[in-house]
Amino acid sequence: MAKTDAIIGWKTITFGCHVLEPGSTAKFRTGDWRSQRPVTDREKCIKCGMCWIFCPDMAYSQTEDGYYVADMEYCKGCGICAHECPKDAITMVPEE
Amino acid sequence: MAKRVGIEVSIAVAEAVKLADVDLVAAYPITPQTHIVEHLSEDVANGKLDAEFVPVESEHSAMSCCCGSSAAGARTFTASSSQGLSLMSEILYIPSTMRLPIVMVVANRALSAPISIWNDHQDIMVQRDIGWIQTFAENGQEAFDLTLHAFRVAEDRRVSLPMIVNIDGFTLSHVIEPIEILDQEEVNRYLPPFKPRYRLDPKKPITMGPVGIPEVYTEAKVAHDQALKASKKVILKAWDEFAELFGRRYQPVETYRSEDAETLLVTMGSISETAMTAVDAMREKGQKVGLVRIRLWRPFPAQEFRKAAGKAKVLAVIDRCLPPGAPCGPVGEDLRAVFYKVPGAPKIFSFVAGLGGRDVTVETFEEIVEKAQAKARKRPRELYEVIGVREK
Ligand code: SF4
Ligand code: SF4
Repeated sequence: MAKTDAIIGWKTITFGCHVLEPGSTAKFRTGDWRSQRPVTDREKCIKCGMCWIFCPDMAYSQTEDGYYVADMEYCKGCGICAHECPKDAITMVPEE
Repeated sequence: MAKRVGIEVSIAVAEAVKLADVDLVAAYPITPQTHIVEHLSEDVANGKLDAEFVPVESEHSAMSCCCGSSAAGARTFTASSSQGLSLMSEILYIPSTMRLPIVMVVANRALSAPISIWNDHQDIMVQRDIGWIQTFAENGQEAFDLTLHAFRVAEDRRVSLPMIVNIDGFTLSHVIEPIEILDQEEVNRYLPPFKPRYRLDPKKPITMGPVGIPEVYTEAKVAHDQALKASKKVILKAWDEFAELFGRRYQPVETYRSEDAETLLVTMGSISETAMTAVDAMREKGQKVGLVRIRLWRPFPAQEFRKAAGKAKVLAVIDRCLPPGAPCGPVGEDLRAVFYKVPGAPKIFSFVAGLGGRDVTVETFEEIVEKAQAKARKRPRELYEVIGVREK
């Protein structure tokens, strides 16, 4: 939940704190507390898609030329993609 | 037409649940609550009650199951006691802020150690702050009536909060009393079908129970607190309507011979019947003693209580719970807060009595009144006193 949306009074907060609109997380940046980000070395990448499969946040999507890029709006920096990459193509680098 | 029958109170409660036509009963049997769900399981098995009966493997699962069921829009019931209620604890906070109107009857019982299956209020006092509406029944008729009242209030769309009816284990749950059992038509007139404000529906997806980051958690809790406080209106209205339809009138706080009383006993639950006998006995001896009984425990009816206490000089509050290391028992604490800085407020003395099934007799109440009056003359050091404890 993004901060801007969360500034809400007790009278206007949804009943039972339910989220009444499906897919509303699409509107929020959920990866802004990440301390590391994955960086892919395209020289090593074989486009196998393991990072895309394993990312628990479904942050990866495929580019037109077959590579995989993680969306930094959603990446939590967990490092699973780097761990699973069979070619060690992904390096986790500290967020500035 | 309503029928007056000699019936065990647990079975009467089960009858009320059946008449409420619940959709789901989740149950794990724990003494002394067992007879309630046992009877309901028979009714479901015999086809007398068209409901899902879910025999879960623990109370933790029972309450989890109830949350799911209520969220799906089903009228939901369970019952519990003692350690079982404690095992539910983690889940109990969830349906209240999430506004799921589950109804639960708690057959109050002591907590271990040592193991005790007998009655006191320690199990529910641990759960005082779960944010459910809570009432305490004094006798079998009340247990039956308050169970129907609970469905009516909990499911009211303005309230939509879970609700507990407390009945004393064994001393109430297992006694046979003459109880007027309402018939289906009468119950239907009082209790409309459950129409939730929101429910889980694949065709209209919503999320219940999302993460509450620091920016919203406080507001969610305040909204819940306000809803609980605001429920009092609906609670009172539902009691009024009950009185209109069936002639039995209930109030959040009830008094007995309190008008001119100087000392008032304060009780909750079934010991109030003995307390009335004790008041009569003391009145015979010319003592100005009365009784105030709390029926609605949460939200606490502070205003009504102040009014009920009238001009009494001394309140002798009986807690059936010993909170180790605390300054005072929970009911005593609440009342001290209710009267804090109120001009002319009575002196409040707390007593702990009737733990783990120990009898609270007419003599116990007489002793309490005597002690309270003696304390009022001096400045007592201790904030509460355990009655009837053997020293040697
Ligand atoms: S670091 Fe974790 S969240 Fe981020 S892209 Fe890799 S697997 Fe996904
Ligand atoms: S797992 Fe490694 S090699 Fe496979 S697509 Fe992802 S970055 Fe490329």
